[in-house]
Amino acid sequence: MKLKELKEKLNLSVRCAEDKLIQEITGGYVSDLLSDVIANAQKGDVWVTMQVHVNIVAVAVLKEVAAIVLVQGREPNEDTLKKAKEENIPILVSKLPAFQLVGKLYESGIGKT
Amino acid sequence: MRMDKSYSQSFEITGNNFFDAGKAATEVKMILKQIGINSDIIRRVAIASYEAEMNVVMYAKRASMTIEISQEKIKIVVDDEGPGIQNIELAMKEGYSTATTEMREMGFGAGMGLPNIKRNADHLKIESEVGKGTKVEFVIELKESARGGSKER
Ligand SMILES: Nc1ncnc2c1ncn2[C@@H]1O[C@H](COP(=O)(O)OP(=O)(O)O)[C@@H](O)[C@H]1O
Ligand SMILES: [Mg+2]
Repeated sequence: MKLKELKEKLNLSVRCAEDKLIQEITGGYVSDLLSDVIANAQKGDVWVTMQVHVNIVAVAVLKEVAAIVLVQGREPNEDTLKKAKEENIPILVSKLPAFQLVGKLYESGIGKT
Repeated sequence: MRMDKSYSQSFEITGNNFFDAGKAATEVKMILKQIGINSDIIRRVAIASYEAEMNVVMYAKRASMTIEISQEKIKIVVDDEGPGIQNIELAMKEGYSTATTEMREMGFGAGMGLPNIKRNADHLKIESEVGKGTKVEFVIELKESARGGSKER
């Protein structure tokens, strides 16, 4: 599924890197512990997290995740947004809590294979 | 990039600079991609390098990260100026961390950094002098037959 379809289906708001929404999503990972994400997230994942500080961008770049999705309506910090724009990493925001959002992601087929 | 002998490059890491944290590990990854190293090896080097870099950002003043690539192996040395590690065996324990509350709230300080390096490297050596600094050195073998230490999930 493309990021763009997911955005529409799950009502996500895009904060940056709009041009990257054509990317294909190949899986998902949810965690707020950066060592866990670094060790276990896969290239092409959507990464669901509560963390909004600038270091999430470096983690996303290094792991080549397709997008960062912030839950519970949390907004990226100013420098997070600045860096994400520089690195062209999409950040999307959901109003849902992580559990519900991940449930919906799974329902739409992400991470089922 | 020619690879007949060996290639080496260094990057600076600055303590407490969270904005640029992860840059050195990303640069290392780019180099490995450029020379066409296999993606599983790149993944392991990237994980270990990131953890070593973050430890400098969180606990030390400054460091150099040097990558050395030869036909046989990739070696990374992170040599820092900082407080050093009192008890290396304890620091290696999964879950052990001296990270501040603030760092933990940011998702650091899981005490998984050094164990993650060990898990992803074939060899790991840590030398430290309290009050001076720490040197973390790890090797990832490129020759299938020489690999030993890696415990892949
Ligand atoms: N470069 C370093 N300089 C000083 N202390 C360090 C360094 N690297 C690691 N440590 C110490 O070892 C502990 C464990 O490190 P690590 O396994 O990476 O977990 P974490 O970074 O989550 O605390 C740290 O909390 C810190 O006390
Ligand atoms: Mg660490």
